[in-house]
Amino acid sequence: MPSALPLGDPAPADGVLPAQAAEGASSRKFSLYAHIPFCAVRCGYCDFNTYTATELGGGASQAAYAATAAHEVAFAARALEASGVPARPMDTVFFGGGTPTLLPAGDLTSILAAAVEQWGLADGAEVTTEANPDSVTRDSLQELADGGFTRVSFGMQSAVPHVLKVLDRTHEPARVPQAIEWAREAGLKVSVDLIYGTPGESEADWETSVRTALGYEPDHISAYALIIEEGTKLAGQIRRGLVPPIDDDDHATKYMLADELITAAGLGWYEVSNWARTPEDACQHNLAYWRGDDWWGIGPGAHSHVGGVRWWNVKHPTAYAQRLDRGESPAAGRETLDAQTREVERIMLTARLAEGIEVASLPPAGRSAVAGLIAQELVDVRLAFAGRLVLTLKGRLLADAVVRQLLAD
Amino acid sequence: MSPMARTAPVPAATDPAIIRNFCIIAHIDHGKSTLADRMLQLTGVVQQRDMKAQYLDRMDIERERGITIKSQAVRIPWEVDGTAYCLNMIDTPGHVDFTYEVSRSLAACEGAILLVDAAQGIEAQTLANLYLAMENNLTIIPVLNKIDLPAAQPEKYAAELANLIGGKPEDVLMVSGKTGVGVEELLDQIVRELPAPKGDPNAPARAMIFDSVYDTYRGVVTYVRVVDGKLSPREKIQMMSTRATHELLEIGVSSPEPTPSKGLGVGEVGYLITGVKDVRQSKVGDTVTSLHKPATESLGGYQDPKPMVFSGLYPLDGTDYPVLRDALEKFTLNDAALVYEPETSAALGFGFRVGFLGLLHLEITRERLEREYNLDLISTAPNVEYEVTLEDKKVLQVTNPSEYPSGKIAEVREPMVSATILAPNEFVGAIMELCQSRRGILGGMDYLSEDRVEIRYRLPLAEIVFDFFDILKSKTRGYGSLDWKADGDQVADLVKVDILLQGEQVDAFSAITHRDKAYAYGVMMTGKLRELIPRQQFEVPIQAAIGARIIARESIRAIRKDVLAKCYGGDITRKRKLLEKQKEGKKRMKMVGRVEVPQEAFIAALSSDESSKDKSKK
Ligand SMILES: Nc1nc2c(ncn2[C@@H]2O[C@H](COP(=O)(O)OP(=O)(O)O)[C@@H](O)[C@H]2O)c(=O)[nH]1
Ligand SMILES: C[S@@+](CC[C@H](N)C(=O)[O-])C[C@H]1O[C@@H](n2cnc3c(N)ncnc32)[C@H](O)[C@@H]1O
Ligand code: SF4
Ligand SMILES: [Mg+2]
Repeated sequence: MPSALPLGDPAPADGVLPAQAAEGASSRKFSLYAHIPFCAVRCGYCDFNTYTATELGGGASQAAYAATAAHEVAFAARALEASGVPARPMDTVFFGGGTPTLLPAGDLTSILAAAVEQWGLADGAEVTTEANPDSVTRDSLQELADGGFTRVSFGMQSAVPHVLKVLDRTHEPARVPQAIEWAREAGLKVSVDLIYGTPGESEADWETSVRTALGYEPDHISAYALIIEEGTKLAGQIRRGLVPPIDDDDHATKYMLADELITAAGLGWYEVSNWARTPEDACQHNLAYWRGDDWWGIGPGAHSHVGGVRWWNVKHPTAYAQRLDRGESPAAGRETLDAQTREVERIMLTARLAEGIEVASLPPAGRSAVAGLIAQELVDVRLAFAGRLVLTLKGRLLADAVVRQLLAD
Repeated sequence: MSPMARTAPVPAATDPAIIRNFCIIAHIDHGKSTLADRMLQLTGVVQQRDMKAQYLDRMDIERERGITIKSQAVRIPWEVDGTAYCLNMIDTPGHVDFTYEVSRSLAACEGAILLVDAAQGIEAQTLANLYLAMENNLTIIPVLNKIDLPAAQPEKYAAELANLIGGKPEDVLMVSGKTGVGVEELLDQIVRELPAPKGDPNAPARAMIFDSVYDTYRGVVTYVRVVDGKLSPREKIQMMSTRATHELLEIGVSSPEPTPSKGLGVGEVGYLITGVKDVRQSKVGDTVTSLHKPATESLGGYQDPKPMVFSGLYPLDGTDYPVLRDALEKFTLNDAALVYEPETSAALGFGFRVGFLGLLHLEITRERLEREYNLDLISTAPNVEYEVTLEDKKVLQVTNPSEYPSGKIAEVREPMVSATILAPNEFVGAIMELCQSRRGILGGMDYLSEDRVEIRYRLPLAEIVFDFFDILKSKTRGYGSLDWKADGDQVADLVKVDILLQGEQVDAFSAITHRDKAYAYGVMMTGKLRELIPRQQFEVPIQAAIGARIIARESIRAIRKDVLAKCYGGDITRKRKLLEKQKEGKKRMKMVGRVEVPQEAFIAALSSDESSKDKSKK
């Protein structure tokens, strides 16, 4: 079951944004997110907005999806213009899901082409797609690269069969190096996603997964602690005692192990759950989220942000397609952040980054929390004295507590 | 079969010979209120369309819990063989906490309907109230109720009842308060069997107060039963225990709405209004007389209500303290048994130590405070009153563990109760095991029938106020019932167990226990707290101690992970809302030293239920 959307203000049908969205827009970066809401099977732990039916009704079928998404691109361009937000070339593009590569490569490149036609691509722009290892071929990856993609992020999750099984992953472990090799051949940069702390995963299992992933020499690794999302199959299995519960201490141990191994292999952390081989290899799209840049998210349930206005689309692909057919905004709701809330978000988001937060930029309460954070060994002492708050390893594991202390009132 | 009375006897001019004063005594849920409803309907006192279930249980909370807290008296007419009689039905509270009120209601009657659920049989409160009725020399009419139930066993329980009161099973009436079957016969029987009240109409007036209720509009409404003489409107009356005088602004009868009358004569039951605003000025059990021609001797039996169980009540939100104070003040207007005084707790802030008649009284009061004044309250674990004699012979009354003196104690006395437990005989072993484990001393055991046993124990009150009844119920699969009354005190080997978080004592968790149980309490409470207090950024030792001696310890390991790693596809709103929720949660924490303790942890640690286990963390 996909998770719920936030509650917000109603969004107008014409998609026109409040005035604050346009303020200073020309000096901000712009990104595009494209949500592809389809998967071959739903993994037991996943609550993303994705559907396994091939024939959803009302123009929402997988076959019709690329055209529908291209409609939103056109709608977005009109709405931004009507809102006084100047068109900017896209710095990053990210196709996420669901499983984008469940659609033919040509569908993905046609959506990308529609966006490039509207906005253009910035020099050296990063264009990523997520992919499941068993949803790509040598040819499809080549087609993506030819169509403008620069990067692919594979959902590897684990190298250990019994862990993959608990996660409901369908791919053969051997499929991952194969897919990576094809991606490299096509000239794509490669990232792999891992999940740790799956019920039944031992520390040795996790070490195997990390070492295996590093053996593929990816440019980038994301490692996520498994979250048991309400309403998922896995949550039900745990509640009924069929699968053991997850454990925060186990997560902490595995995070530390991952950081140690990944760092030893020459990659560096730039965000709590992300490591890159070089600073240029860091996922620029991901950074855009944490830095509070502008992006338009197309697709059902996709989230967008422009100048302190956040909105989100209706979740169901059919409802989404119908809105666009009527020429209406697919937005389900939005919120316009005031200055104070934007500041809260800035601290909440940038605290997680290796680039950290300028101490001088903090509100007084946050500044007075710094000494305590140093004493608790949650932030790097030397950098803190140099005026920058950067989490220590312990601090990364307690990042939410750090944010609460910085925002204490 | 009798018709409804065509002409009702007029108050103040009613010959005692046609008056019948009765009450219904029953174990909780055996159908007393329902039967009373049927009687009101049959006698035409309440119109069909005004009828609602449990008409006499006025307070909302009574309706919801289906129990009767305050007694009420209703005057109902009934005709037998062409004579119109006046029946006064007094609805008594059914719960053990209100035994004294029950005994006063009984004293206002000549007879009692002993009502027993035909599917359940006799239970402890049936018995306790029956004994009270017998002490008051009431004539007993045995009645089996709910005979419409498929599970009813009328023959079996008629035999049990007959055996108990020494009659014949055939004489036990069979009724259904639900369908009304047998209720007319019961009314006839009341007229035929119950004695008429006796009294001297020419003697100085004496009326016994059996209930006293505060009403926002009319002040205190006092319910009385006239024994001798007569009370008239506008006359000056005197309370015999305090000698306080009041003017009778209104006098009347409930039928069941208050109806002013020309007075009340011998044997009559009705209400008085004097304009007083506090039930303490019109106390249950007191005797009312007339000021001009006062009686010299009171009717006797008056007793100051004595709180037995004490608990600290604290507002969750400290700013609600004045609201709580005002609410308690208002409550005492209507509840002579409620006593309170301010107290402070290092952990819980400002609150009150409140004395109650028993656990139900506590629960009902707390629930009403929360509901009627929109308060969120924490109540500390209930405890009893101890008498502590120091070595220097000074004597202290301790109602709060944090006042328990440290050292130099010569003797501690604790209140005792005599308890009666009724249950099917297969549970005797389990019940005795429970009572023995609660430091009980077996007083005796009787078979009420083939398979039903009455077990009597003398127990420390402290051992039964907390979870005894719940455990008894579960050990007897719901069949066991309990009644108790105060029974002096005894010397006991008691100690105070303190709970420390990171070396800091948390007064709200201190308890006075028997020395043999101190360890169990320490283990239980430290274990509970370990489950309830979230992990902090440092390790938190939890200790239980008697004085300086640690008797149990647990520890909450430092939290290692507090970060949400997943990025919800750009759903920053969700992330921020989560943060706001966490911050909200923080605000509801109480700081004990450096340790953040959620309010819920206090509530759960102080309550007896086991459900808190579900919320445990790893
Ligand atoms: N079937 C049946 N249920 C009854 C009868 N009398 C009362 N009840 C039910 O028994 C429960 C307790 O009744 P109530 O009058 O409140 O009992 P009280 O606690 O003695 O006042 C209620 O659910 C009534 O509806 C009866 O004669 N037959
Ligand atoms: C939404 S998925 C989309 C990509 C692709 N469908 C896949 O599964 O690999 C993106 C990543 O989110 C992570 N993810 C999804 N659900 C998660 C959960 N419940 N807990 C932690 N990580 C999760 C997985 O590592 C996954 O690779
Ligand atoms: S493949 Fe990815 S998006 Fe699809 S259900 Fe699995 S984790 Fe979720
Ligand atoms: Mg009742």
